[in-house]
Amino acid sequence: MTLDLLRFTTAGSVDDGKSTLIGRLLYDTKQVHDDQLVHLIEASLRRGGEGALDLALLTDGLRAEREQGITIDVAYRYFATERRRFIIADCPGHLQYTRNMATGASTADLAVVLIDARHGVVEQSRRHAFISALLGIPRLVVAINKMDLVDHAEQRFEEIMAQFATSAAQLSGVKDITYIPISALQGDNVVTRSERMDWYEGTTLLDLLETVDVSYDHPDEIPARFPVQWVVRPPAATASAAESQSTNGHHTTRHHAQDDPDYRGYAGTLASGALHVGDDVVVLPAGQRTSIAAIDTFDGPLEEALAPMSVTLRLADNLDISRGELICRPNESPAVTREFEADICWLAEQPMRPGGRYVLKHTTRQAPAIIDSLLDLVDVHSLERVGPPSELNLNDIARVRVRTSAPLIVDPYDSNRRTGSFILIDEASNGTVGAGMIRSA
Amino acid sequence: MSAVSTPTRPVLSHLRALESEAIYVMREVAAEFERPGLLFSAGKDSLVLLRLAEKAFRPGRFPFPLMHVDTGHNFPEVIALRDQRAAELGERLIVASVQDSIDRGRVVEETGPRASRNRLQTTTLLDAIAEHNFDAVLGGARRDEERARAKERVFSFRDDFGQWDPKNQRPELWNLYNGRIRKGEHVRVFPLSNWTELDVWEYIEQERLDVPSIYYAHEREVFERDGMLYAWRDGAELIDGETVFTESVRYRTVGDMTCTGGVRSHAATLQEVVAEIAATRLTERGETRADDRVSEAAMEDRKKVGYF
Ligand SMILES: Nc1nc2c(ncn2[C@@H]2O[C@H](COP(=O)(O)OP(=O)(O)O)[C@@H](O)[C@H]2O)c(=O)[nH]1
Ligand SMILES: [Mg+2]
Repeated sequence: MTLDLLRFTTAGSVDDGKSTLIGRLLYDTKQVHDDQLVHLIEASLRRGGEGALDLALLTDGLRAEREQGITIDVAYRYFATERRRFIIADCPGHLQYTRNMATGASTADLAVVLIDARHGVVEQSRRHAFISALLGIPRLVVAINKMDLVDHAEQRFEEIMAQFATSAAQLSGVKDITYIPISALQGDNVVTRSERMDWYEGTTLLDLLETVDVSYDHPDEIPARFPVQWVVRPPAATASAAESQSTNGHHTTRHHAQDDPDYRGYAGTLASGALHVGDDVVVLPAGQRTSIAAIDTFDGPLEEALAPMSVTLRLADNLDISRGELICRPNESPAVTREFEADICWLAEQPMRPGGRYVLKHTTRQAPAIIDSLLDLVDVHSLERVGPPSELNLNDIARVRVRTSAPLIVDPYDSNRRTGSFILIDEASNGTVGAGMIRSA
Repeated sequence: MSAVSTPTRPVLSHLRALESEAIYVMREVAAEFERPGLLFSAGKDSLVLLRLAEKAFRPGRFPFPLMHVDTGHNFPEVIALRDQRAAELGERLIVASVQDSIDRGRVVEETGPRASRNRLQTTTLLDAIAEHNFDAVLGGARRDEERARAKERVFSFRDDFGQWDPKNQRPELWNLYNGRIRKGEHVRVFPLSNWTELDVWEYIEQERLDVPSIYYAHEREVFERDGMLYAWRDGAELIDGETVFTESVRYRTVGDMTCTGGVRSHAATLQEVVAEIAATRLTERGETRADDRVSEAAMEDRKKVGYF
């Protein structure tokens, strides 16, 4: 199944041209409205832009960053072509803002990593690609930008491609890497093919974005996971079921299951895969067996639900299920566990130390958690894993051992980004302090 | 090339994907907060929110009341639809009135031809949130409306003064929303964060939702100011040289009459409106909201003090 909605992220060091590239995509696909254009022209002139449009100004939103001239937070952008709707997470490139990259990458199906053709692959480029891979983005586009400043030279493009390929081995989980030579400033190979780089035979960036696979494409290849989010009961279920039957002693015929005072539906969003009416299922963590009696929606019943649909399941047996439990097929159950290893991106100023206690949120479940030990740390320069640190600081990435007070129902992140991810919340500040990817349970 | 897809299944349209995400967000709010409320103005975005709430919670009741901040200068057609929808759904509607805030001395009415109650709404809203002890307030804001909103979270934390701190937002990863707050704080939740104006209209068309008649072209007495067409109403003050004339107009947002401008249009049906939006060359806020034109950073300033 192809979703005609693609979420992607853009990453690169400061000044590599991310904002310009996004501005270019919006501008060349005619998404820039007249009033925005007027603002843009005025702002470009104020910037002293020699009459050229500064497309970066289309996206650089908050005042602080307009004043500083840098991007400080993930910004979401929207555009559409005839073929697809796009959501862009525009991620800032500063070293200290690595957490924003992880945020943008967490929901993306594709990452565009920008490289300045003059500088080639720099430490930041490798880091951005590494974080994209860590967060499970299956496809990378390495956009080699500012080709106009290197005479549109094929040789330079090939050099950078070769440079990047040497570090690609560190990008486990990435299925596909595409290299495109572009000029965001002049528009080459972004939306329109470059005449100045006729040696390049691959696709333009937009062509690729319009045709690439998205994560929900193959629901039959991945086990179904349905975290129960909310239990739907009709209004009359508790109080007036008896009352309505006693009125005049007569009893209305009920045409719809949804008018049934005993209605009990389990609402949620299918995290992955497909479920059908009649499927045998198991409810975790307890492991009760039953089958799917109906798949309800406000628009009527369905025979089949596919991720990422939000539906309400009714089960053949009267079980007492609540939020946080998970429905799946019996022969493809995830692990039910209170201990696992995970990679953590640390998002907070205050450090994390072994023994730290947090609230862990995973699917629709929350549980107190303790970080038992820090196993290793990713060195931000070499991207190699080095010996265990004594604590984790803002933007650190490390493998840790986690223990929870209640069982979680987990898959490895590599096989399921929804049931393999969690966040850590600090109980004192209520801040979101860690992002976790489960590696082994 | 391997990256090119061969669809093996029917497509789930982007509207269905956005709908599903919004339903998920609403159910998270229901499950994680004790006293949520849903802001309902009968504008197009909030009408979409109500339909999404039906999809999220029926055949159950909504796990929250609806609340409208009434400036007293709202379009009568909009107020009528507000009451009609609440009654049809059988859900509770709370009306928080700016006039009450004025009468109780919480705010002072602006005067002069450019007087607007738009700014005053913030106090009324925050007072109502406190009075009803709301810990989460669902709203229909979208990130595509304005640049300051592009970085807004789906769960947007507000301190005990109702303020938004754009520099200190909680990171938001995957679909794991953090709704933990202390007493007195609250969270604004935006299920339509990832929708565009066109998505909203296409959804209204798909779901056959009733929207206030002012969204369709109609003849109205208006006056022109700063390039926008404002509805003439009793008590409005004209500035030198402005005259009242009749024009075929349509509204793209249904804010307060004092600061919501209409656009010249002959799009009288939903299909015509969708076609017009698809082809439009102006953004929604740039075209119709005087309050955003004051300065480029206007929206950011108002959000910081608790405006929606
Ligand atoms: N010559 C040239 N300059 C570019 C290109 N793309 C971006 N720039 C310039 O590089 C500078 C930084 O661009 P910006 O988009 O703000 O980078 P960001 O920090 O990654 O968002 C600006 O002066 C741009 O005009 C390009 O393709 N060619
Ligand atoms: Mg930028």
